[in-house]
Amino acid sequence: MSTRYLTDGIAAISRGALEAGCDFFAGYPITPASGILMTMMREIPAHGGVAVQGEDEIASIGMCIGAAMAGSRAMTATSGPGMSLYSEQIGLAVMAEVPLVIVDVQRLGPATGGATTVGQGDVQFSRWGSSGGYPMIVLAPWSIPSSHRLTIEAFDLAERFRTPVILLTDKELALTINTVTELTDKPATVRSRPLDDTDQPPCRIGALDEVVPMRPYGASHTVRLTGSTHDENAYITKDPVVVETLNTHLRVKIEQHREEIERVHADFDPNSKVLVLSYGTTAGACLEAADLSRQAGTPVSVLVIESLWPVPETAIAEALQGIDTIVVAELNHGQYIREIQLIAGDREVRGVNRVDGHQITPGQIMEALA
Amino acid sequence: MTTTVIDLDTLRNERQFPFCPGCGHSTILDALDAALVRRGTAPEKTVIVTDIGCAGLSDQYFATSGLHGLHGRSITYATGIKLARPDLDVIVIMGDGGTGIGGAHLLAAARRNIGITLIVMNNFNFGMTGGQHSSTTPEGATTSTTPLGNLERPLDIRSTVAVNGSAYSWRGTSFDDDLVDRIEEAMGVDGFALLDVWELCTAYYVRTNTISRKTIHDIMGGLGLDPGLVVASEPRTEFAAALHAMAGQLPPAPPPKPTPTSHRSLIDGRFVLEAAGSAGGKVRSAVRIVAAAGVRSGLFTAQHDDYPTTVKKGHSASTVVFDPDPIRYAGADHPDAVVALTTDGVNRIRSTITAMAAESTIVAPVGLDLPETAARVIRLDPKNSPTRLGPASMAPALISAAAVMLGIVSPEAIRDAAAGFRSADAFEAGVALVDAIGSD
Repeated sequence: MSTRYLTDGIAAISRGALEAGCDFFAGYPITPASGILMTMMREIPAHGGVAVQGEDEIASIGMCIGAAMAGSRAMTATSGPGMSLYSEQIGLAVMAEVPLVIVDVQRLGPATGGATTVGQGDVQFSRWGSSGGYPMIVLAPWSIPSSHRLTIEAFDLAERFRTPVILLTDKELALTINTVTELTDKPATVRSRPLDDTDQPPCRIGALDEVVPMRPYGASHTVRLTGSTHDENAYITKDPVVVETLNTHLRVKIEQHREEIERVHADFDPNSKVLVLSYGTTAGACLEAADLSRQAGTPVSVLVIESLWPVPETAIAEALQGIDTIVVAELNHGQYIREIQLIAGDREVRGVNRVDGHQITPGQIMEALA
Repeated sequence: MTTTVIDLDTLRNERQFPFCPGCGHSTILDALDAALVRRGTAPEKTVIVTDIGCAGLSDQYFATSGLHGLHGRSITYATGIKLARPDLDVIVIMGDGGTGIGGAHLLAAARRNIGITLIVMNNFNFGMTGGQHSSTTPEGATTSTTPLGNLERPLDIRSTVAVNGSAYSWRGTSFDDDLVDRIEEAMGVDGFALLDVWELCTAYYVRTNTISRKTIHDIMGGLGLDPGLVVASEPRTEFAAALHAMAGQLPPAPPPKPTPTSHRSLIDGRFVLEAAGSAGGKVRSAVRIVAAAGVRSGLFTAQHDDYPTTVKKGHSASTVVFDPDPIRYAGADHPDAVVALTTDGVNRIRSTITAMAAESTIVAPVGLDLPETAARVIRLDPKNSPTRLGPASMAPALISAAAVMLGIVSPEAIRDAAAGFRSADAFEAGVALVDAIGSD
């Protein structure tokens, strides 16, 4: 009989962060993300790092930005209301190119919403939740093992692209104590990070898509960073050429490397005309429904999106081969379905949605397939 | 802590200050430069952190490292830098605007005694955005947003941080002869240090209010905000040093241990058990142990809990799915069995009980009122327990009894899962309750 572990998403994310070398955590208590705060407050010092409970969410992510720029691997965790407070600081991390992992354990919204109730309402918010409209990398675990792996990959991508990466999970995935046979589903590591120790301008831009190694505070040469539009030395500028170069760089450094970010879990049936597309906790019901349909003789394909943003267009296009109907299941009023409609062509796109605080059931997916 | 001592005559770069004629910012930054030179820390080991407003431009005129962040949040970045690199000199420059919007960070920095030096360039208004009133505008003062006079009391920054744990708290003006000495002194403090430096905004505040180099000290006195230094009487350990001292004091948690699967279950399909009782009644922990017994019996289990935000009052419910196969969907709207423990619990899942089908089961203590239901009801009498069952033992006993009666797990699996827990006896009592039914 296979090995069995009783564990939850909070433990998987926390363990993944520690294995990724996370040595700085700051967070503020909020249901259902507090378990990560408590675990990190206990475990990071035990691993030699520093963890602190901020006076609020704005301070928590601000401390992470400061620590990350001083060379730490930093993470914070919150839920939707805290993401609202993170919003401006996320913009700073984008502009100043600060690597950072932000966990959003979604609950039912808006506002205080249902603190102990599952929801997936932050999907578009995670993408567009800071001013200015720049690309965000958002990864969405859909199981306990993928929570572990994608946490590690979030750190890797944050450093690869020098940008905040959001790990978008939810209350059920985080808090349900489930049985797993493996603690992770695929090997994942954080690539070694070259740190800049030259006397070159720290914010220099070479090729537009190039990510220059980060120079941390305290290195052999000074470094500056700023939330303002800036030149290669982080001095504020309005020079149109410099400004356009910077803003284009921030976009294309991610958009031109989408293939490095694309992640999906595919469960395809080559005879299927129907594709069920989902993410996060709802993916489980879709995979279950697909098996039930197949047992009943109806082929069904499932695509679980792990990299919600940028939209994994290549993987979705492949999944759409031979498909005439797409079912998009999500615990909101229909957010990711907008992205699918943009690339679905003539195919019918159906939404399965639920906002009553309960999960979408395999039965609901089956009904949508009928 | 090692610092590289350098010998430079300035830590300014070649850029010229952009401030208005007569603005105090230039004077304060010249004083900061002189203090930095005296301190002698290498520029790359010094970080000047600013935020928004004219004061927020300051970092650009130094050859040190710098950070220009969001309005009022400079203390948050500075705290992160100091926590990650306690060896660096971290200086924060804020305006009175940033001090207002970032008030929570000001308080927290003082309470933590984080080793940063905060210079507030305090000119009583928002100089960059058109002279609006700020957290330090004196009562009665005229600004672009208080045309009939300010109604709000000015924040006493120095006293606020001093009574909240700041190691060094000074209030003065940009005209003071000892400004360089004070900045140098503040940077030498092993803890949080504040310099609230009053100065003139020649673009706005001085145009609509009577204030000058000659009268600024009188104004301080008139507001009851006298200049001077408050030093903490009892020094506290600096926060970053204290946090780093905690590293390694506790051992890391051991890696997750697999659950052994040496028992066998009698169920061959998905089975959902819901337990509902009262807060503090050990419902969730009892379900956790029965779920572990399920895993020990070769099943997959998934448990999710339902409880109000006040964890010691009201209901406590927990649902566990048992399945021979991995559980991808852990939702469970229709339980196959319910363990109803108390009226709190029954009230919480009343509609669930009412909707239960004839082939489902409810286990409840004798005497507990249940709503109408088609389910089979099994009553257990706690008096049949070999040991007296107190309120904290009812959940472990009845939940384990139900799990055994329904063939989900064996008594041995429960025993193994509960071994070492304080409630082990209560689980054992539950097994005995099942035996008592058998002998009835």
